[in-house]
Amino acid sequence: MSATVPGNGAVGRRMRRKEDPRLITGRASYVDDIALAGTLWCAFVRSPEAHAKIVSIDASAALERDDVVAVFTGEDVDAGALPCAWVPPGVEVNTSEHLCVAKGTVRHVGDPVAVVLGTDRYSVVDAAEDVVVDLEPLPVVASLEAAMSDGELVHPESGTNKIHEWSLGGGDVEAGLSQADVVIERTVVNHRISGAPIEPRAVLAEDRAGQLTVWSSTQVPHFLRLFLALLLGMSEERIRVIAPEVGGGFGAKLQIYGEELFCAWAARKLGRPVKWVETRSEHMMVSHHGRDQVAKVRLGATRDGKVTAIHAKIDADMGAYLMLLTPTIPSLGAFVMSGVYAIPNVQTDITGWYTNKMPTDAIRGAGRPEATHMIEVCMDQLAAELGMDPLELRRRNFIPADDFPHETALGIVYDSGDYAGALDKLLEHFDVGAFRREQEELRAKGIYRGVGFSTYTEICGLAPSRVTGPQGFGLQTGLWESAMVRVHITGAVTVYTGTSPHGQGLETTLAQVVADRLGCDPEHVEVLHGDTGTGPQGLGTYGSRSTAVGGEAAARAASKVADKCRAIVAHMLEAAPEDIEVRDGRFSVKGSPDKGMALAEIAGAAYIPDPLPDGMEPGLEETAFYDPANFVFPFGAHACVVDVDGETGKVQVVRHIAVDDCGPAINPMLIDGQVHGGIAFAIGQALYEQVVYDEDGQLVTGTFVDYALPTAAELPSFETDRTETPTPVNSLGVKGVGEAGTIAATPAIVNAVVDALRPLGVTYMDMPLSPVRVWQAIEEAKGVTA
Amino acid sequence: MIPPEFDYVRVSSVEEAVSVLAADEEAKLLAGGHSLVPLMKLRLAAPTQLVDIGRVPGLDAIERSNGDWRIGALARHAQLQDRPDMGLASRVAASIADQQVRNRGTIGGSLAHGDPASDLPAVLLACEGRVVARGTGGEREIAAADFFRDYLTTALEPSEVVTEIRLPALEGWGFAHRKFTRRAEDWAMVGVCVAVQAEGGVCRDVRIGFTNMGSTPLRATATEEALRGQPLEAASIERAAAQAAEGTDPPADLNATPEYKRHLARVLTGRALREAAGL
Amino acid sequence: MSGTVPVRLAVNGQTHAVDVEPRMLLVHLLRDELGLTGTHVGCDTSNCGACTVHLDGEAVKSCTVLAVQADGCAVKTIEGMADGETLHPLQEGFWAEHGLQCGYCTPGMIMAAADLLERHPDPTEEQIRHGLEGNLCRCTGYHNIVRAVQAAARHAREGSAAPPDLPPGGEESGRALAGEGLGA
Repeated sequence: MSATVPGNGAVGRRMRRKEDPRLITGRASYVDDIALAGTLWCAFVRSPEAHAKIVSIDASAALERDDVVAVFTGEDVDAGALPCAWVPPGVEVNTSEHLCVAKGTVRHVGDPVAVVLGTDRYSVVDAAEDVVVDLEPLPVVASLEAAMSDGELVHPESGTNKIHEWSLGGGDVEAGLSQADVVIERTVVNHRISGAPIEPRAVLAEDRAGQLTVWSSTQVPHFLRLFLALLLGMSEERIRVIAPEVGGGFGAKLQIYGEELFCAWAARKLGRPVKWVETRSEHMMVSHHGRDQVAKVRLGATRDGKVTAIHAKIDADMGAYLMLLTPTIPSLGAFVMSGVYAIPNVQTDITGWYTNKMPTDAIRGAGRPEATHMIEVCMDQLAAELGMDPLELRRRNFIPADDFPHETALGIVYDSGDYAGALDKLLEHFDVGAFRREQEELRAKGIYRGVGFSTYTEICGLAPSRVTGPQGFGLQTGLWESAMVRVHITGAVTVYTGTSPHGQGLETTLAQVVADRLGCDPEHVEVLHGDTGTGPQGLGTYGSRSTAVGGEAAARAASKVADKCRAIVAHMLEAAPEDIEVRDGRFSVKGSPDKGMALAEIAGAAYIPDPLPDGMEPGLEETAFYDPANFVFPFGAHACVVDVDGETGKVQVVRHIAVDDCGPAINPMLIDGQVHGGIAFAIGQALYEQVVYDEDGQLVTGTFVDYALPTAAELPSFETDRTETPTPVNSLGVKGVGEAGTIAATPAIVNAVVDALRPLGVTYMDMPLSPVRVWQAIEEAKGVTA
Repeated sequence: MIPPEFDYVRVSSVEEAVSVLAADEEAKLLAGGHSLVPLMKLRLAAPTQLVDIGRVPGLDAIERSNGDWRIGALARHAQLQDRPDMGLASRVAASIADQQVRNRGTIGGSLAHGDPASDLPAVLLACEGRVVARGTGGEREIAAADFFRDYLTTALEPSEVVTEIRLPALEGWGFAHRKFTRRAEDWAMVGVCVAVQAEGGVCRDVRIGFTNMGSTPLRATATEEALRGQPLEAASIERAAAQAAEGTDPPADLNATPEYKRHLARVLTGRALREAAGL
Repeated sequence: MSGTVPVRLAVNGQTHAVDVEPRMLLVHLLRDELGLTGTHVGCDTSNCGACTVHLDGEAVKSCTVLAVQADGCAVKTIEGMADGETLHPLQEGFWAEHGLQCGYCTPGMIMAAADLLERHPDPTEEQIRHGLEGNLCRCTGYHNIVRAVQAAARHAREGSAAPPDLPPGGEESGRALAGEGLGA
């Protein structure tokens, strides 16, 4: 499978990344690496209480320090409230005011109450400790159960902790369940996690004569500029936002954060550059969390394994405020609540709840990992109930490969797929029969080995604006993407993309795409991003959109340039434009490969016009805004093999095999890398990571000591393969892959642990499968079976 | 995260360190800094003065003498890790945190910190080693059993400096180490050090040290007593290991209930004993 | 309290004399005073290893070493790994094997891997994984980091001047080699 436009073979290559030389030599520039003369450092004074009234703040001792310049409280900061961009048509949302520095009340541990600014990075930390804050504790809503009881309230003025209710359905789920011979009901908990990129957030803001420049470790520089303009009451052209090198995001940097707004505000107020660098402890406390949903799932099937209906009733603990996309997240999963299966009746009912915790928002996968997890663990539960092989149950319900595009019961149209094909490919790498024999032998020796599967699809390539925009789903923005392709006089190429990559390798991927369209060497295609001061308006990187939407925008801009190249070449060589093709690095006349021009020659002609065709403008650059006609739906099949220590409960992933389909590979090496990272993220959630608050709303997992990212020593090497089913949605045929591994893998891991422990009587477990929880599950099962 | 301010003095002899410590009770000794600096960065410790003994010559040697390993207090975990001939101590040192920490952290600093979650105290207990310390009253030797007094509290006087650790080499003994963690670099949820002396298939002597099973590092005395004089067989080991949690008082934490830690202690003790006995 | 303390140290072969607060961490001396921003900070608790540098030849976490403790020592950072235009085999390995994504953990990972290869010139996968347990990466799942270290070990063992092999992939990688050449 190759790109639909013939080129010079750049697409499909395992090309080494163009971004790496600066990264491997320590020459990259992240926000904290940028130093401006006269910079003031910020230290935030944060609430140690989960819910409290601010009685008084005494900053006099801090202000006495020579190197402290100012201390601001919420009363001082006259900037607008932080935004939530989702106001869905016809849905009542219980909104709340969220300020960058709290006024009157703090509602989660870490809510800022004051900010110290000073000239020394170290001493502002001391000064922050000198600020005396008198807090009067208020009752704490520390759990979903407490929130739902409405006994104590996070925002008393609204009279309830309920944020909103939102439903999406198709068919008649009650009728479907009544047709089922077997209905399983299962509460599936998807616990709270942290994005935890290794680079914490950082902001540097500078105001020079009314021109504000903000460097931020963000995934969404263009959104940040827009909201800074709105919240500071500035005209947008006075603001430039730059996301320089960004050290990972995973959704945690898809946000408009109070620290960003504060630094910009303070830089203008004080007329000096203002810098804040998040500590890891702050990241755990005040960078938004993800997941934290409890779903009651009902799944019904006939005796012969035909699924008749699925219903998910989801309660989501959304924390103390609504941030950029907070209430949206569970809804993203609702669009794919029937997974890869032809289920005629599907219903998702979501309720959001306030608690005295950090708000949740998008973290890698954002709603789809939760949906896939509930579907895929419940398919295994259903298979056990039916006494059917879990893979056979899946096969009986797959949407067949010849049924695409496929409109689901929800009215969503899956673009392309071959789910059985992906599973077949997976089983080329995993012999189930041999595994079962090995499993038996090991059990006899007291070793509990299990395998779990997951077959999945997800919805990505955010997004067709008519579906997600103001008239559709209710996001207050279109979700197109832009690109500008500029061919310089020498034939070198610069691409400006509106996406904002932070580790995915887009500089390389987009260079390959554009090089193919222009017949040039990708080494000479520079991709610039993350700077609102260069290139067209863009939207950023999230929701596995960068290649499927941003890449297509680049391809289209490049095609426009190629069209102009054809016209110029045709004009100069006296051929018809439709007879000009890109081949072997040249625009040449079909059938006469020696008759042609290299890109540099064409550029020369375009910039030093030696008459161009009548009416043609000089220059060689084009812009494209691409608003996709539909989402794209990557899919695949994962298998996970685990060993469980039956005495201690410790789980070890022995193998993880992944077959993913994101369409034709532009750079197979980078796709594998995305899948590896996605699987590790999922293993992290399934086995190691959890954000824990205690009954007082105190954060227990405040550092990397307690919030346990897996290290190399915990993980195996992964086995990856691909099928390549193009999407008809874009000309590259590509789908997203940044979140796929994370979305697919957690249910495979859980199903594997349950498979391993079935002889001990364990039939289900919620994540995280930490040793103590697995041990307790084994002990409980013994109690039941004894 | 930034440590609070402090005064800094680098000393060139143990005597100098002792006199500075004696004059300032808020002063703390700095060796590798891998117990102290992290606490200071989190502002859980705020000494007014750090007394850096890192450059005192001759304090990092490892020697064999009269059946003992004599380990200078400034010897780093990595030095033990690189000496497999040191047996249990080497094995345990190799399991501490990660290589970077082992390259900096010192044996003396780790023991003087008295953290029941640290790995080396259990070695000191299982080997029945001694800590040599020098203070205003001169040098003294403190037996392992007397060294750990309470949570983060040792028998050291505030002005005393650990200079050497003496570990009986336990020539001919079998040994094993089991450390249960969620991740390789984590602190032990439970750690077990075992040394077994066998004679004709019978347990002549056995010593077991625990990590993180109470407010101090502990010996598993009930198991030791149950096994001493018994044949080193699976059944007797299992019976003895079943008593491993007796006398322990493990704290609950994020990753474990006390009940689970006691269970782990029994399981890991059994496994370690079997390995040490060559079963 | 405090005042400053003079510190003299050689960083990547160049001697520096600076006066520092006693509490200054080595990582901040390197980054803020000497402008060597390739060494990163990713946590508060000595877990992530992004700040790993070599102190007198051994990998240490420079967020847990006081600058005063490095007085008189030789420090090597990521900026000192390449020999002029010639990348260190580990840098080549990480590039060729796609051993990095966002790149933030990479300098520390490379410095830790260099210590690992000193200890185990021909490491097994398990030795690599345990040798890097003090360094967190959130992007790669470590899969290609292991490959990168293996490639560097192979390169050092074979002593060739050529960079390590590109990843396996049959025709695809063959084309990649043909297409982009091997020039670094």
